[in-house]
Amino acid sequence: MDKILLLADEAIAQAAIDAGLSGVYAYPGTPSTEITEYIQASEEGKSGKIRSQWAANEKTAYEAALGMSYAGKRALVCMKHVGLNVAADGFINSAITGTNGGLVIVVADDPSMHSSQNEQDSRFYGKFAMIPMFEPADQQEAYDIVYQAFDLSEYFKLPVMVRIVTRLAHSRAGIVRRAAKAQKNTQIPDDSKRFVLLPAIARQRYKSLLGQQKEMMEIAYNSPFNKFTNHSNKSIGIIACGITYNYLLENFPDGNIPYPVLKLSHYPISQQLISQVYDECETVLVLEDGYPFVEEQLRGIMGVGTRIHGRMNGILPRDGELTPDIVGAALGLKQNIKVTEIPEVVTNRPPSFCKGCAHIDIYTALNEALKDYTPGRVFADIGCYTLGALPPFNAINSCVDMGASITMAKGAYEAGLQPAVAVIGDSTFTHSGMTGLLDAVNDNVGITVIIADNATTGMTGGQKSSATGRIEQICEGLGVEKEHIVVFNPLKKNHEEAVALLKKELEYKGVSVIIGRRECIQTLSRKHRN
Amino acid sequence: MKTDIILAGVGGQGILTIAASIGYAALHDNLNLKQSEVHGMSQRGGAVQSHMRLSSNPIASDLIPLGSADVILSVEPMESLRYLPYLSKNGWIITNSLPFINIPNYPEYQKILDEINKIPNHVLIDADKIAEEAGSVKSSNIVMLGAASPYIEMSYESFIEGIKKLFGRKSEEMVNLNIKAFDLGRKISMEKKK
Repeated sequence: MDKILLLADEAIAQAAIDAGLSGVYAYPGTPSTEITEYIQASEEGKSGKIRSQWAANEKTAYEAALGMSYAGKRALVCMKHVGLNVAADGFINSAITGTNGGLVIVVADDPSMHSSQNEQDSRFYGKFAMIPMFEPADQQEAYDIVYQAFDLSEYFKLPVMVRIVTRLAHSRAGIVRRAAKAQKNTQIPDDSKRFVLLPAIARQRYKSLLGQQKEMMEIAYNSPFNKFTNHSNKSIGIIACGITYNYLLENFPDGNIPYPVLKLSHYPISQQLISQVYDECETVLVLEDGYPFVEEQLRGIMGVGTRIHGRMNGILPRDGELTPDIVGAALGLKQNIKVTEIPEVVTNRPPSFCKGCAHIDIYTALNEALKDYTPGRVFADIGCYTLGALPPFNAINSCVDMGASITMAKGAYEAGLQPAVAVIGDSTFTHSGMTGLLDAVNDNVGITVIIADNATTGMTGGQKSSATGRIEQICEGLGVEKEHIVVFNPLKKNHEEAVALLKKELEYKGVSVIIGRRECIQTLSRKHRN
Repeated sequence: MKTDIILAGVGGQGILTIAASIGYAALHDNLNLKQSEVHGMSQRGGAVQSHMRLSSNPIASDLIPLGSADVILSVEPMESLRYLPYLSKNGWIITNSLPFINIPNYPEYQKILDEINKIPNHVLIDADKIAEEAGSVKSSNIVMLGAASPYIEMSYESFIEGIKKLFGRKSEEMVNLNIKAFDLGRKISMEKKK
């Protein structure tokens, strides 16, 4: 079969389609977004044979995928690493209920925080849930793993997690596809009681999950995705997880690595596999992108494994993604390579608002409306409008997690910071802002919530926003008084009007919602092009 | 063959169009390819880069090691300098001379030119002007691809196949316009290479 050129994200999507997928569930989040977009653009997605619309957030996505699995069909759920925090409740408990139709969860981590707030390592979640987990090294392996992961999920009746990192997610290579399978039929589980997690049932189910661990490890031991290559030089043994295996290979262009190497891509960690390296070698170097997940377990609390090298003893940096150069340096290779330095004249070019973006007008008006108040009272959220933190705006004081603007403003107000302001996008509002707004209404706090409504999920490239055209109704339904739900069009010519209405609502002692509504300049210009 | 290319520019300038065009050309030549790119926040006017690796042998890393890029292909002059640590000793910088100024502290232009001129292997061209000659300023990225093409080990025909594949979906006119842009860029570079 011919190779097709795909990002690892797209290879994952194609693998799921070929494995007989019935539905993908996701909320956009870099670097995972392209998985769902690929399925949406596929024949199967466009015709509705595979359901693929965006979900309101990762939790609703995960639960819907679990529902599809319960009903016997294969489901895929995708998110960025921090999205799994949102979906964690359903995710962890789905390891207790178990699944029916194959359920695969792809989590895209972002070491080095290219587009994120932290670099948490999702492998801890996989271990926490005690489910089988994969970490592909390259695009073809990403395809092959996902294609097979549905079978493994159905074999264990458990969700299976696939962890990727930005560098793999957003890197393209030629992929060979496998034969496409038919979708499964609707079929409820034989023992649907296991989905009722009453304590008595949950206790049994947990024992059953614990009982499956040994077999999971045996399968990992024999997995084609874990590969041990022996070598007579036992001065170092290398454990290379996921994509780091490629960085290791890059340092040995002839393909001959003079040490024993364990490529690790299938978890739980098989003790038998590790001991092949650990028992025989004088030192062990652990290469992993993200946290020292394997390394920490190898060392243990007592740190008896003094012969273990990795991120925890400074041989590798503790944070940030690895590169072929960092791996080479850890092996003592290429130390004297001279590279041209970046000339001093080169200045940083941080991201900034697009020309003509409505957020510019919103922040210009907000800054003016707030100029008679003491600073430090604007709580923002996750989205393009976080760029309001940068000069010349310097307009916001926080950006923590999806929805935290409204709830943090509420807490700060209750601590005496009155008035307090929240700035949140339309998509972030429906993701996780609505419940916080309900809290604010119930406590009748004097916060001013600015919903920057650009009718899209902008930062991730313009995906459909959950409640376009229904924001006012939602706010009203949550109990915000109608006269304090105000809409304006953030344009330069409306600046005075915007400042006046912001000032008025800032003085109001209850909850007000100001919706600055103008379409995202990116989605608008795309429409004009097409 | 092996060619490692750093594509550089500013988010929104369309370096991924160049990447896609090279990608199609490489597929046509049955080459192995890995191409790592940046999505997300930096696409909003920040510095962006793409590591593009072509080889007749299997490629291990998605990232190019320091000091080993054969070509830095930049659509903006200051951005061409940002990735100098990746350039190999005999590597080439091919860059558009037109600055993209979206930051208040953009350096003095002459200083950037001075730095580029310090690199013996460089091609500095006014791609936007040449693209206009070809028929549309929009094809300036393809002018740049043309200028870089003599330094990428693929045949002229393969590049043209890549352009046809990329723009063929749009219109025959677009294909011809971009081939013209490619040819003009390539010609300038070939003269320099002599």
